[in-house]
Amino acid sequence: MKMKAAESLMKILEDHGVDVIFGYPGGAVLPIYDAILKNDNIKHVLVRNEQAAPHAASGYAKMKNRPGVCLATSGPGATNLVTGIATAYMDSVPMVAITGQVSTPMIGTDAFQEVDITGITMPITKHNYLVKDAKDLPRIMSEAFHVASTGRPGPVLVDIPRDVADTMIEHPDDLTVNIKGYKPTYKGHNSQIKKIVKALEKAEAPLIMAGGGMQYAGAGDELKEFAERIDAPVVTTLNAISIFPETDKRALGMLGMHGRPAANYAVSHCDLLISLGARFGDRATGSVGKFAKKATIIHIDIDPAEIGKNVRVDVPIVGDVKIILKDLNAAVEQRDHSEWNSKVADWKLEHPMSDQYGNESDLKPQKILELLGDLTRDRAVVTTDVGQHQMWTALHYDFEKERTLITSGGLGTMGYGFPAAIGAQMADPEKLVICVTGDGSFQMSLPEMATAIEHCLPIKIVLMNNSSLSLVKQLQHFQCDRRYSGIDFTANPDFCLLAQAYGVKTFRIEKEEEMEEKLAEALASEGLTLIECIVSDKEMVYPFVPGKKGLDEMVKFEKLK
Amino acid sequence: MKHTLSVLVENKPGVLTRIAGLFARRGYNISSLAVGETDDPDVSRMTIVVSGDEVVIEQVCKQLNKLVDVIKLTDITDKEFIGREMIFIKVNCPDAKARMEIMQFVDIFRARVVDIGKDTMIIEATGEAAKIDAIEDTLRPFGIRDFVRTGQIAMVRGAKNPKHPKKSN
Ligand SMILES: Cc1cc2nc3c(=O)[nH]c(=O)nc-3n(C[C@H](O)[C@H](O)[C@H](O)COP(=O)(O)OP(=O)(O)OC[C@H]3O[C@@H](n4cnc5c(N)ncnc54)[C@H](O)[C@@H]3O)c2cc1C
Ligand SMILES: Cc1ncc(C[n+]2csc(CCOP(=O)(O)OP(=O)(O)O)c2C)c(N)n1
Repeated sequence: MKMKAAESLMKILEDHGVDVIFGYPGGAVLPIYDAILKNDNIKHVLVRNEQAAPHAASGYAKMKNRPGVCLATSGPGATNLVTGIATAYMDSVPMVAITGQVSTPMIGTDAFQEVDITGITMPITKHNYLVKDAKDLPRIMSEAFHVASTGRPGPVLVDIPRDVADTMIEHPDDLTVNIKGYKPTYKGHNSQIKKIVKALEKAEAPLIMAGGGMQYAGAGDELKEFAERIDAPVVTTLNAISIFPETDKRALGMLGMHGRPAANYAVSHCDLLISLGARFGDRATGSVGKFAKKATIIHIDIDPAEIGKNVRVDVPIVGDVKIILKDLNAAVEQRDHSEWNSKVADWKLEHPMSDQYGNESDLKPQKILELLGDLTRDRAVVTTDVGQHQMWTALHYDFEKERTLITSGGLGTMGYGFPAAIGAQMADPEKLVICVTGDGSFQMSLPEMATAIEHCLPIKIVLMNNSSLSLVKQLQHFQCDRRYSGIDFTANPDFCLLAQAYGVKTFRIEKEEEMEEKLAEALASEGLTLIECIVSDKEMVYPFVPGKKGLDEMVKFEKLK
Repeated sequence: MKHTLSVLVENKPGVLTRIAGLFARRGYNISSLAVGETDDPDVSRMTIVVSGDEVVIEQVCKQLNKLVDVIKLTDITDKEFIGREMIFIKVNCPDAKARMEIMQFVDIFRARVVDIGKDTMIIEATGEAAKIDAIEDTLRPFGIRDFVRTGQIAMVRGAKNPKHPKKSN
């Protein structure tokens, strides 16, 4: 069938199940916006700054477990996408980013709003394309979706010059993808599986470390079975939180720089560490030389380049962690490690997270998150921004259902949480979507309140207002001898008034006594809702592992006597 | 240690940037890089000489393999391969005596004189890196005016040369 390349583009989006695009128009994407108008099945969400578009696409992608799509015009539109694309790249989020480009005859002439976005995004995309010939567009778009969503997921950018989008082409019937240099491995090698089984038989203190890859693999059930079978406790990276119910007796929660005490002790004492779809980032490992020193390390990852990159690995296996776990579950005998498990349980008992509250303030942010967890963990998806509030969410909410935490882990991008919530809510309008944010982070995405209102998204924003960039303040407290620099907000707006101006319902919580009632009421209210919690800027995130230290050398909160 | 990687890549614009960018960004050291079309115009072959310890080389190979435009990568360092570089050296040659001496060296190294100017000569040579280094050292005392050296190209001996994957179309 003959049609404009831009229309062929829309058809391919539809074929890939895309029902929403997060975008912002401009000259170079006029033909694409024209095609959007003609299409009834794909909704366009007009964000207020392109920066929000890839974040929203990421929230959508994490909800649906398939690529989110964002769209921007050439030049400044495209560069505004960069942070969001990098954020997606670091967390392996499947995404297709489409940018307009100046017309092909103008490329390379420093034309109006010309920027080399494929050059700029080369290091932060899994792959990218500049479409020079309109007839290549259908193939390239199909490849883009294929590359973004298979193997280790990631963002793919397609740059489409205006004249290319406007060209009449034949929309091909067959869009089977075959890329010579791209063939991800899914099935784990049998001999490696055997080695793992052997290692499991020898182990006396095995520990499972689940990573973000588990979320994409959707391997929560396999993980539960595996943990039962090998009778091992489970720690998770930030990106894996919620894949294993934190209310389960085997769950130790997050490991790492801000990991829970029991999780970090378990890592330091285990004799076998089985990493499932984790990349041993420095925030998760602490000092690499001191990481899991007593343990044989098994690394299961779909990306061969992750194996041996950061830590020494004894048994590597490349493949999809769901498939490999299935094979393992079929191959291992039931084990019993009650001694080790009771030791681990003791750590958990000795170091309850409620000991790590700190005692600075009345309205404890940690308690708010604990309460939020009690009220919503069975039904909500939580997105966070970046800062103390993010760590407290990771540490105190106690996630229970698979893929219910959406956060920026690898790049740690402030301004991510709220647009990600928009994407998540667009993906599932019925879901209770909560965005936990800080006054610093929220101010990077404030205008998106209009976007959420426009689409009647009933997101519940929990804003921890401490009038400061407190996670940085905490760093300055410990690393710069309390020389606080550039972290105070002395002219914050009245966030409730501001939100009201957008048409948002607001609640303000200032005292612990009112916390429970107001939170419950706010969560039950209709429409976009802001719950502003006035918290102290003196609070700290405990525990933490100081630089160059091992995970078991973490600093825990000590109650003042 | 130096490793020689033979890499088949898509012959597309930007491929060299992707590879060079990868090396720069991850702090790998390219000693030399030679690239040219293969008998299939859609495919180029790069011969990359890279230095680093085993861990680094393993990462280099894996990261290169991750690029969608990289079709096949082989580390041929431990295979029997023929590796050649080529140079042009423009040396001072003020008089007949110098010319005679230079010609002798050229003979010994089985190099060639490709140009004779008023008081310079251009020597062309191909060979393994060590031989090229030796030629350079030998000619240095005459005074080197200009010097161009290619990266190494390499091919595995016998039948085991990394072949093109069969094309689908
Ligand atoms: C302020 C702040 C503090 C932080 N503190 C901590 C902390 O204390 N602890 C912590 O853990 N993190 C922390 N993080 C997050 C940290 O920076 C990393 O983002 C995180 O540890 C990475 O998680 P991951 O290893 O699970 O890897 P991800 O980045 O989620 O990577 C997933 C891995 O799984 C692989 N994979 C993908 N799909 C599959 C599949 N189908 N099968 C097999 N493998 C697959 C990928 O190749 C990749 O290697 C913090 C972040 C911030 C912003
Ligand atoms: C875009 C961006 N800029 C800077 C930082 C560095 N940074 C990390 S946490 C933080 C403070 C976040 O403040 P806020 O959102 O108010 O959260 P709080 O720590 O107060 O809970 C900053 C500035 C970042 N992560 N992202």
